[in-house]
Amino acid sequence: MSKKVHVQTTINGEAVDFLCEPRNSLLEVLRDDLDHTGAKEGCNNGNCGACNVIMDGRLVNSCCVLGVEADGCEITTIEGIGSAANLHPLQQKFLEHAALQCGICTPGFIVSAKALLDENPNPTEDEVRYWLAGNLCRCTGYDKIVRAVLDARNGA
Amino acid sequence: MHAFDYATPESVADAVVMLSDHGKNACVLAGGTDLIVQLRENRRRTDLVVDVKKIAELNALSYDAATGLTIGAAVPCYRIYGDAEIAAAYPGLMDAARLVGGTGIQGRASLGGNLCNASPAGDTIPPMIVLSGEAEIAGPNGTRKVAVEDFCTAPGRTVLEDGEFLVSLHFPAPLANSGAFYRRFIPRNEMDIAVVGVGASVVLSGDRSSFVSARIAVGAVAPTPLFVREAGEALAGQPVSDETIRRAADLARDAARPISDMRGTAEYRKHLTSVLTRRVVEGAVQRAKE
Ligand SMILES: Cc1cc2nc3c(=O)[nH]c(=O)nc-3n(C[C@H](O)[C@H](O)[C@H](O)COP(=O)(O)OP(=O)(O)OC[C@H]3O[C@@H](n4cnc5c(N)ncnc54)[C@H](O)[C@@H]3O)c2cc1C
Ligand code: FES
Ligand code: FES
Repeated sequence: MSKKVHVQTTINGEAVDFLCEPRNSLLEVLRDDLDHTGAKEGCNNGNCGACNVIMDGRLVNSCCVLGVEADGCEITTIEGIGSAANLHPLQQKFLEHAALQCGICTPGFIVSAKALLDENPNPTEDEVRYWLAGNLCRCTGYDKIVRAVLDARNGA
Repeated sequence: MHAFDYATPESVADAVVMLSDHGKNACVLAGGTDLIVQLRENRRRTDLVVDVKKIAELNALSYDAATGLTIGAAVPCYRIYGDAEIAAAYPGLMDAARLVGGTGIQGRASLGGNLCNASPAGDTIPPMIVLSGEAEIAGPNGTRKVAVEDFCTAPGRTVLEDGEFLVSLHFPAPLANSGAFYRRFIPRNEMDIAVVGVGASVVLSGDRSSFVSARIAVGAVAPTPLFVREAGEALAGQPVSDETIRRAADLARDAARPISDMRGTAEYRKHLTSVLTRRVVEGAVQRAKE
């Protein structure tokens, strides 16, 4: 085991310090050490998008980022996007469109869609589909998800 | 994942010292979209990960219509296609930068990492070859330059020696009446590894009726991305016609030495090489006319 490194970040607007080994992924740190279990481990190799978070304004797969790389960065996870009492418009639209079944992929889809709407508040259907190509869902089929995102445009 | 140390040098010189001290027991981290997965799956081992993203030269991105384009080796894809001027000047490179993985991967994945990973199917490598890209390498003996087509030597292997790393990639300014194009064939629409990928760049005569010069490169059909010099040379001085383009496509097909795997048989890949080369040269011609 190599020495733990002290990392200082901002997560969902709050300053957060943690210790981690260089080999720990940001996803492992979020879930196992910081109790932010919204980001999910689907594939652990960059293919499914269930672990997606926003890092310094960019969408990234947190399983393909080392925790130590987060030093000095601002991170937004699904926990920072809405709360049960105060749903984000994307979350509301996912409910209205029944855009989820088991829900494992959902945090990743919502974080990814949030990153899209932050950059492009009025995307076309094609733009939504290409942007979300790195998010996989085993249950629902993509149509309802795409419709939910389209319906959340401008409202987000 | 096995344990390793992590370092963030802030200068090229510091990185060279760290890499030289550790030799084969160190590796460079850019976007990590290949490396972190390879370490996790025990396909690679290392004692030290040297994150080069804090080095200014590795993050530089600059374009000048006279001197061309310089891309720091760690600049992620989204920054490259996100620059409107660069995207307009190098559409052939954007074809590839926009299709590496999905949005999350493009937030991190660099052209430098794609080249140094040296996959035969690395999507950005054929377009970098046809745009006459040059790699600037730093090491214990100073810096040296290597043409992108000479950079990969075998699957996962490059010309980099112990202690050396890639600093930046340079591309000459686009000439008048020139165009470039990259396309790959995959069974899905997105998020897959190329069965075959082809890049082409062309320079046309002032009246756009003939080729002044052309460069063609093919991915996923040989142990390294393949520069097919003779296919481009066959177009030089020839009229732009179905017949001349078909001949270049046949030369690219003949140069291909593919293997059979789950993505396709060798025979299928050869056929695809010819079809894609034809379409990609036509695409490059179209852009040269725009
Ligand atoms: C889900 C997924 C989808 C993908 N899709 C594609 C695709 O469509 N097309 C494609 O071509 N690739 C794809 N890839 C592979 C990968 O994303 C690309 O190869 C990417 O460009 C690698 O860049 P990086 O910055 O992440 O490199 P890293 O992972 O940081 O590095 C890659 C390799 O290069 C070395 N290296 C990196 N920078 C330097 C340097 N400056 N000097 C010396 N050595 C260096 C590293 O040590 C490592 O061996 C995909 C990967 C994933 C996980
Ligand atoms: S768990 Fe990170 S992309 Fe699947
Ligand atoms: S709702 Fe189950 S994986 Fe998407």
